[in-house]
This record gives sequence, C-alpha cells and structure tokens, in this order.
Amino acid sequence: MAFTLKINGSPHEIDVDGDIPLLWVLRDVLGMTGTKFGCGQALCGACTVHIDGQPVRSCQTSVDSIGDSAVTTIEVIGQTPQGAALQKAWLELEVVQCGYCQSGQIMSAAALLKDTPKPSDADIDSAMSGNVCRCGTYQRIRAAIKQAAGV
Amino acid sequence: MDRLILTNRIEGETAMSRRTFFQGTGLLLGFALTGASTESVFAAPASQVVENEVTGTFAPNGFIRINPTGAVTLVIPMIEMGQGVYTSLSMLLAEELEVKLDQIQVQHAPPNHALYVNSIIGIQNTGGSASVRAFWTPLRQAGAVGRNLLIAAAAKRWNVDPAACRAKDGVVFDASGSKHLGYGELATAAAKLPVPPAATVKLKDPKDFTLIGTRAKRVDSPIKVDGRALYGIDTRLPGMKVAAVAISPVLGGKAKTVNDKAALAVKGVRQVVNIDEAVAVVADHTGAAKKGLEAAAITWDDGPNGKVSNADIVKQLEEESRKPGAVARNDGDAGKALAAAAQRVDAIYQVPFLAHAAMEPMNCTVHLQKDRCDIWVGTQAPTITQSLVVELTGLPKEVIKIHNHLIGGGFGRRLEADGTVLAVKIAKHVDGPVKVIWSREEDIKHDMYRPYYLDRLSAGLDAAGKPVAWTHRIAGSSVMARYYPPYVKDGLDPDAVEAAAEPPYALPNIHVDFVRVEHPGVRTSWWRGVGPTHNVFVVESFIDELAHAAKQDPVAYRKGLLGHNPRALAVLSLAAENAGWGSPLPARHGRGISVQFAYGSYTSQVAEVEVAADGSVKVKRIVCAIDCGMYVNPDTIEAQVQGGTLFGLTAALHGSITFKDGRVEQSNFDSYLPMRIDEVPVVETHLIKNAEAPGGVGEAPTAIVSAAVTNAIFAATGKRVRSLPIDTNSLKSSS
Repeated sequence: MAFTLKINGSPHEIDVDGDIPLLWVLRDVLGMTGTKFGCGQALCGACTVHIDGQPVRSCQTSVDSIGDSAVTTIEVIGQTPQGAALQKAWLELEVVQCGYCQSGQIMSAAALLKDTPKPSDADIDSAMSGNVCRCGTYQRIRAAIKQAAGV
Repeated sequence: MDRLILTNRIEGETAMSRRTFFQGTGLLLGFALTGASTESVFAAPASQVVENEVTGTFAPNGFIRINPTGAVTLVIPMIEMGQGVYTSLSMLLAEELEVKLDQIQVQHAPPNHALYVNSIIGIQNTGGSASVRAFWTPLRQAGAVGRNLLIAAAAKRWNVDPAACRAKDGVVFDASGSKHLGYGELATAAAKLPVPPAATVKLKDPKDFTLIGTRAKRVDSPIKVDGRALYGIDTRLPGMKVAAVAISPVLGGKAKTVNDKAALAVKGVRQVVNIDEAVAVVADHTGAAKKGLEAAAITWDDGPNGKVSNADIVKQLEEESRKPGAVARNDGDAGKALAAAAQRVDAIYQVPFLAHAAMEPMNCTVHLQKDRCDIWVGTQAPTITQSLVVELTGLPKEVIKIHNHLIGGGFGRRLEADGTVLAVKIAKHVDGPVKVIWSREEDIKHDMYRPYYLDRLSAGLDAAGKPVAWTHRIAGSSVMARYYPPYVKDGLDPDAVEAAAEPPYALPNIHVDFVRVEHPGVRTSWWRGVGPTHNVFVVESFIDELAHAAKQDPVAYRKGLLGHNPRALAVLSLAAENAGWGSPLPARHGRGISVQFAYGSYTSQVAEVEVAADGSVKVKRIVCAIDCGMYVNPDTIEAQVQGGTLFGLTAALHGSITFKDGRVEQSNFDSYLPMRIDEVPVVETHLIKNAEAPGGVGEAPTAIVSAAVTNAIFAATGKRVRSLPIDTNSLKSSS
C-alpha cells in the first residue's frame, strides 16, 4: 500500500504494508539510520521520534496510523531550540559513551523541554525513564537536560 | 604472517548438532602464549593496511598515515564501544607525534595480528580493560618515530641539524622559528627515510605531557548526538536485503516445520532460508522480514538439550564443588590452621548467568561472492572473526574483508563471532549482500552468558578476630578453556580465579581452587569482566562476614589486613573518608565497603543504601576511589566509573538468566531488567594521581559494586546477601 509521510518537513512516498512499523520505514526504506532499533516492544526508547511534537516509539507505530502528522527525527532535531540546546549540553558534559541510545534520549529530552522548559528531577524521571542506556550515562543525561534548560 | 591456528576442538562435545552450533566458538589460538611483545607491532612491514592509500603517504608503522594533503590518520587497533578508546588512543599518539587531537582521524584497523595485537591479551581483541595498558607505550613510540622522521625530513630540506628543530601542532619549525613546514608537505620526503627501531626513540617524560592526563573532549561525541554515527546495524549497500532470524530456542535443536508459503506471501519477503539451527526470512526491509518470520510459524525439534533447567545446573554445581579442584593458590596449611582456629565461618555464595543486553542487538552484514567475502560488523575480535569466515567459506584470508564498525555496547558480547558465523551460513543461500538482524528476544535468548558460579568458603579466626585460615573453592564454567585454551594449565582457568587467588589482604594460610563445570545446552562467555565480577562479590562479602564475626568495623578490619598493601589501603581510606564512613544514618539505612585489585587497578567503593519495609533496596549514593596508575583522560575514567558501576549494580539488583525446558526464560527489557534513570544513584569518583604503570578501568567498577551494596544491606538490615540478584523478599522488615 502506498503512503505519503511527512518526515522532517518533506513528503516521502513509500509502498509497504500498513502495519509495518515506522522505525523500519525510516531506517531501511528511507535510509535515515539515526533512529535506532533496540527492543521492538516500546521498552527501551532507542527508536523515539516525534509525531506532531509528541515523543513516540517508532517500533510500535504502524505507518497507517500516522496520516498527515509531521514526523521529526534525530537528524533534524538540532534545528529546534530545544534540540540545539540539548546537543550542545550533551557535548559540553560528554554524555555519550557507545552512543547507540542517545538519539532516543535526545528526542525524549527535546519533547520534555518543549512542554516543560524548566523540568524538576521528577519531571526528568517521568519523561526519561522509558529510555534505556546500558552504558549507564544517566547521571550525565540528567545534568545535561538541566544545563540545557538552565535549571 | 598471522599465526592464528584454528580448530574445532570442543572439549566434552559429542552431539554433532551442538558441534555445528558451536562452530566458531571452539578456538585454539596458537599464538596466545608466544608472549607478544610491544615491539611486535613494529616487526611487520607497514603494508598497505589502508585501502586506496594516496601515493606518497607517510606510513612509518601500522598506526600512522600522513598523506601529502596533511591529513593525519590513526589506524586504530581497538574498537570503540563507548569506553573512549577513539579518544584515549588518539591522545597517546598525538602527544608524541605533536599534532592536535582534532587533527587526527581514526580508521579501524583491519585484522592483522602482527601489526595490531593487544599485547596484554595476546590477540587483536578489544577487551580485558586492556586497551590503554597495551598501547600506552606502542602508540607513544609510534608517534615519536613519526615526529622524529618528519623533523629529519625538514632538517634535510633546510640543511640544518634536526636536533635544533621542533614540531608542534603538525608543523616543523627551525631553530629560529622563521622556517616552518607542515606535516603534509614533509610526508613524501619523510616516507623515504629509514625508520628507526621503535625502542630506540626517546619518549617524553610524563611531566612534560600536554595532552595525556587532560580532560580532552571525546572525538566521537559530535556524530553521536545527531544520528550520524554508523554502527554495524546501520550498514546499507546497493541491492542489500535484510534478514530476520529465529534460532532454535533450545541449543542443539532444529527447525521441524516452516510455513514458507505464508512467509513468502508477505509483501516485501523474498526468500526463506532454513539452516536447521535457525530460520531466516529475507526481505526488502526488516519490517517485512519480521512479519514474514512470524507468518512462517516455525516449530522446533528440541534435540538433546530440551530438559536443561536451572535447578539441575545448581544441583550439578553443588555436587561438583564438593570435589577438589585445580589449585590456584596454596600458602601455608589452611586445613590445619582452620582446625586450630578459635572461631570458624563457613559460607556458600552463588551468582547467576548474566546476559549482555547491549543496546545494539546482534547483527552482521555479509556479501559472499565466488572470490571474496565482505563482512560489515562491529567486532571486538577481528582476527578471530576473519579466521572463522575463512573456515566457513574456504576462501583465503586475504579476500575476507572485515569492515569494522562502532559498537552499540560491547561488554564482551562482541568478543564472540557467533553472530557473524550465523550470518555467513545464511548468506551462503542469498544472492547479494544480506544484513542479518536479531530481534531483542533472540539477542537475550541466544546470548553467551557470564557463567553461573557457586563458591564454598571457610575461614578461621584467632582469638583477636584475625583470619588465620582461608579456603575458597570456585565452581563454574571456564570461558578461558574454550576461548584461549593455552592459558589454562593443569585445569586452572586464571580468569575464573582472578581476584580470588590473590585477595588484597594478609592471609597467612590460604587455599583457593577451581572446579570446572560445564552445562550442556548453555553457552558461556566473557562479560564486562568475568572472574572478578563474581570473585570480588564473594571475597568482599566474606571478609565482611569475618569483620562481623570479629565484632569489628568493616573498614577498620580491612585496614588491619592491608598494612602490606599501601595502594589498596589508600583507595580504601579515600573512599571511606569521602563517603563519611562512620557518621550516623537513619534506621534501615546502611553503608558498605569493598576493595579490589583487578585489571591492573586498585579500586574501592562505598555504597549507601536504604532498605524499605517491603524489602526493596534504594541505592542512594556510591563513592568510588580508583588508582589506575598513570592515566590518559580523567573525564573518560569518571564516565567509566559511573557507567561500569551501573552495569554491575543493574546485575546485582535485577540480572538473572534462567533455563527451563532448555529455554532461556527471559526475552526482552521487561524480563531482563535494565536500570533506568529514575532508580540510579549518583556515583562520585575520586581519582588518585601517581606514576605507577597504567591500569584498566572499564570493568573495575562493575566488579566491585555488588559487594559494596550487599555489605550496605547487611549494615542496614543485619541480613547477609549470599546470592545474586538481591532477593528483596528476604529483606522485608520483620516488624
């Protein structure tokens, strides 16, 4: 079935079954590999993208559920004020280790700051606890979100 | 010439099906004991290891490439998997080569034992917290050789004494500073000069370091915050197909029925490949492949291992551990001293099988052609991987190209090449390149696990509470015996007893032995450390038991046994002071301490915990002191202490792989739980600065944390945790 998805501001024609997860359309069909596969069950957050500004797990989002909504991925999140501030803080505080989960971490954090510009620790816990990091960069993720938010 | 010798020797293996599954994991690495010296990396000619190398490139050794445009490349021998080696190894080279860190590009080294062996391990493997230790000298020598030759080329052109010239930031200056030439301008001339032996070049005195020891920025961060970083799983090639794979849920089983027709009816599915031990559905994209795999509704014949269970494994360990093992240490007469002791303490400790659960699931892309085979994968073991592909394809080594990639978390999992072996077996049936991706469930259920260990300990105390006898028997699988058999002498696996054979304490009568116990149907392997991750938990818990039996404070008791060991004493004291050891805490709060010497470093941690009435454990704070000798980048060390601690803590709190009916019972992050941001403590790092030889850091905090936490639980509740993961039910308040 053919779909037209609005991704990062541009329309993309794709022809896949409607129940195929957005993750594989991004990664395999469109070659946007910044969004990562981690668990396939919305348990780890590595595949987080924004749909109309809301963070969603693309591994559990079928292409036929997206309609006209705008999909935003890690590749362009730096063009938003929250994304840019987070990427800067991520670099200043040396958050990354293996880096594999960090696309999803930054996407979740960007959604948090958009809705809650000055998050508390509890806000960070709530917004970020769906994102797993096996390298254990959580301490620096928290510090970088606070630095980006100026709290 | 690479001297890798490969056989399919698998001790105790008889079933052919299992042998087939294990193909590629039973290795005899003939060079492992030849004592690869740091000089050996310079022994081979610096052949064309970099493809499409520009003519006139300066390549004085395997590590450095400077082309006439001035581009400086470090052909990096170790793989980056988060531990920071892109940065730390670049810093080692840059310090002596006299270039700025941001002038260096890194390129993954191809498999080449002679050029890139890790001298600590004896193979071109990234592991064992050994990268900085192994390359501390060779990369500095390589840089110094390069710098001297570039200076010599400039001096020759200017007809001046090279001793009067100097180099800085990739430029050579004459004595007056008025003449200067960039490294690119000198590359072709320097390439024609004779290369001096590495050992003859003078290295900087560490007090003159300007880069080593600084908080230089990670070179791989920018590409990891905007999605540009490419891991093996991100491989994309013209005409590439993607395969989803289902592996027999029981080791040694095979596919019984596969509904090919249903799988092929899924849009985008191209092919179903059945290789008995696994079934792959090949498609245009992973979404179609996974959907096709589900439609295939595979049923399995379990084979000989369908009854394997944890209960039987533990029973086997309990029985086998009653028999004497290979002796790792025998000082004095522990048996006699135990019999004569004023007080005796006995304990049995157990730790579970553990999965790696790295964020990047197992994957490998293969393009097998008639006359060559290309492999795109993130591997910690490129020479082993290449040798296994030689064996599988019958092609010569020279045409097996390993395109190594950033790894999305290694933790020892990518020291094994089973994922590549499986992908090549599938690729034999596929025309064109194919990327094989494991689901998270396959990744956890078909991991190679940190072994289950069962330990028996006894100690005798004198009237003053000092230990006069110590016996420790370790029973479990030997990873070393399968992976590096030459390292196992008379049945003794030196890794399995690391940090147990040589506890840091003064123990006059000590007997430590190892009983190897293998479990058919279970694959064991390296983890983020193996021996010390279990032994430090056991030894540091048991010494805490002795302190309690002696009615002494755990820190004071340890200090009394560390008088001969100043570096261990120093980290212990530093951790205790910074943690506020001895200051009062509320009820059901406690502090615990542990100390270790492992991976060449001294480490001590204090954990502070709160145990709720329902038994749940909140780790509130971890204070870590580490003495890893001379170090490269303190920020990387802090990051490794934070991350390594959480890796070990996650296992202590949640980690357990169990078997039932031959199957692993855990499958995804809802049954093999990772720690998440809302439950992690703050980890503080206190780094000792000295001039000792460099030690490893990546695995040390993982090994030490469990005992600090369980000792803190004892302080908070009076309940001793002797098996992991921590059973919170046993910690409920009795009131």
